[in-house]
Amino acid sequence: MSASTPAFERFSLSPARRRKDRVARGAVVAATAVALVPLVLIVYYLLSKGLSSWSVKFFTTDPTGNTFFAASSIGGIKSAILGTIEMVALASAIAVPLGLGVAVWLVEYGKSSRFAHTVRFFIDVLTGVPSIMFGLFIYIALIVGTGTSYAAYKGAFALSLLMLPVVTRAAEVVLLLVPGSLRESALALGAPRWKVIFRIVLPTALPGLLTGILLAIARAAGETAPLLFTAGATMKTGFNLSGFMNSLPMQIYTDVTSPTTAVVNRAWGAALTLVVMILLLNLFARLLARRSSLR
Amino acid sequence: MSADEPTISLAKPTISPGETTMSADEPTMSPEDQHRQMLDPSRSQSSKSPQSAPTAPAQGRANAADGLAVKLERLRAFYGDVEQVKGIDLDFHANEVTAIIGPSGCGKSTMVRCINRMHEEVPGARAEGKVLLDGFDIYDSNVDVVAVRRAIGMVFQKPNPFPTMSVFDNVAAGLRLASRGRGDLHNKVETALRGAGLWDEVKDRLSEAGAGLSGGQQQRLCIARSLAVEPEVILMDEPCSALDPIATLKIEELIDQLKTRVTIVIVTHNMQQAARVADRTAFMLSGELVEVGPTQQIFTNPSDSRTEEYVTGKFG
Repeated sequence: MSASTPAFERFSLSPARRRKDRVARGAVVAATAVALVPLVLIVYYLLSKGLSSWSVKFFTTDPTGNTFFAASSIGGIKSAILGTIEMVALASAIAVPLGLGVAVWLVEYGKSSRFAHTVRFFIDVLTGVPSIMFGLFIYIALIVGTGTSYAAYKGAFALSLLMLPVVTRAAEVVLLLVPGSLRESALALGAPRWKVIFRIVLPTALPGLLTGILLAIARAAGETAPLLFTAGATMKTGFNLSGFMNSLPMQIYTDVTSPTTAVVNRAWGAALTLVVMILLLNLFARLLARRSSLR
Repeated sequence: MSADEPTISLAKPTISPGETTMSADEPTMSPEDQHRQMLDPSRSQSSKSPQSAPTAPAQGRANAADGLAVKLERLRAFYGDVEQVKGIDLDFHANEVTAIIGPSGCGKSTMVRCINRMHEEVPGARAEGKVLLDGFDIYDSNVDVVAVRRAIGMVFQKPNPFPTMSVFDNVAAGLRLASRGRGDLHNKVETALRGAGLWDEVKDRLSEAGAGLSGGQQQRLCIARSLAVEPEVILMDEPCSALDPIATLKIEELIDQLKTRVTIVIVTHNMQQAARVADRTAFMLSGELVEVGPTQQIFTNPSDSRTEEYVTGKFG
């Protein structure tokens, strides 16, 4: 039957198939283009509006609060940058080891036990909780509950709660990707399980773990809601974790609503700063991961 | 074969039950070894001469331990409710190569994985019965699984060097993971690599990634990795099934050299391979041991008709 069909007919591309290919290809290209539009616009606006407010003074002075006077007197965002670094660092110091620990337990020990499934369920629920709820929880537990005031460390706690499920879920996925044969061959060499985890599983998963941790840090660094009623409002640079502390998202939040153009521009500058900080952190971690793995 | 028989009884007093870690034995072994060779000239003939030829720089392990005998008694293995190994009694003689043959799914791998207690790593898996290592039941409740696995090494079907480690670190991994990385690590790594016949090929690439070697080299790297911790038994689960004929030949030559100092159990799908490397061969079918005997006999004059049908290619 096919032998009777001429070869040029059997093997040449039919117009119908050519059409289908064009439509399908066009659809995915269009989807990519549409998705790129907001991304490009965000970067464009950030750069065009934010860069103009960048100056040495912008990074080295605290906001003054004199928003109704000359643009030169409103001050910079030093306290916000340092506050974000301090609180996110503390939040990471809490959430990263805890999250990795949970992920290691889930993958290496809990596996498909009933308790592990319960833990996974609650982590999933936690991932979906709106970020303001974490702030509210800390507010009720640590501020109203103890009758004390706002504090930077309370803001960091709220951020760490936000980070915990992100770190755990990301780490679990990455740890599951480490081939079981590596664990087996290490165990078969007579290695205790904790050494298999620390020397084989975690190093193998390191690049993925770093990505997951960075995702969590980036999310925490950009959150305003958990800090609204936990870290307090201040304009001064502080290194006391029990005092009030400014942060970049808070600074942006208050500046954007200002009627003064210079202050609104400061919000754009702060937003650009936040994005660049996260970008730098990302590059740094990638470099670290590349150096630690063999070529 | 028969010349090695006395070593089983001789090896026993040197190892106290419960303490199968080699480090504890090493000091006592070396004078014992010399003494043994003086007592038994047939041993020094069968084991010492081939050892000195291809693995000349084995001075690093002059006190290399001999293989230990393994004995299975009514061994049963389960995955959940499925009984995969259905009560096997089998002897693995010390310093011999025993091949396990049988069709896919007959429980060969499961049975072998019970010998170093890797079977239980699979969720829901368990084993019953006894596995006697040098007369000591490794399924006893107070056994240190880690110590058992140091004495019984394993080589897997697919070469699996640790991807984050160099060639050197891969071989050293076993020593470091087992906290035996002290002392002359470089010497131990070199000895293990020479033992696996890989030294000449990788001596200039020790710091390169282990995963960058060819498939056959990777598998010999994995053998070197398990040799480095100086086990007394090595389990090989289809070690050549992912390799080409030349790499396979190298591994088979290696097995022949290794049996002078370890007991080897090799699972294989390849009957020619069993015929080439094994002193004794066991045939398994649906979780049961059909027959075990000298390789020659299994292939030429089996006593069970099912064995004959399998080795002549009627099924499987």
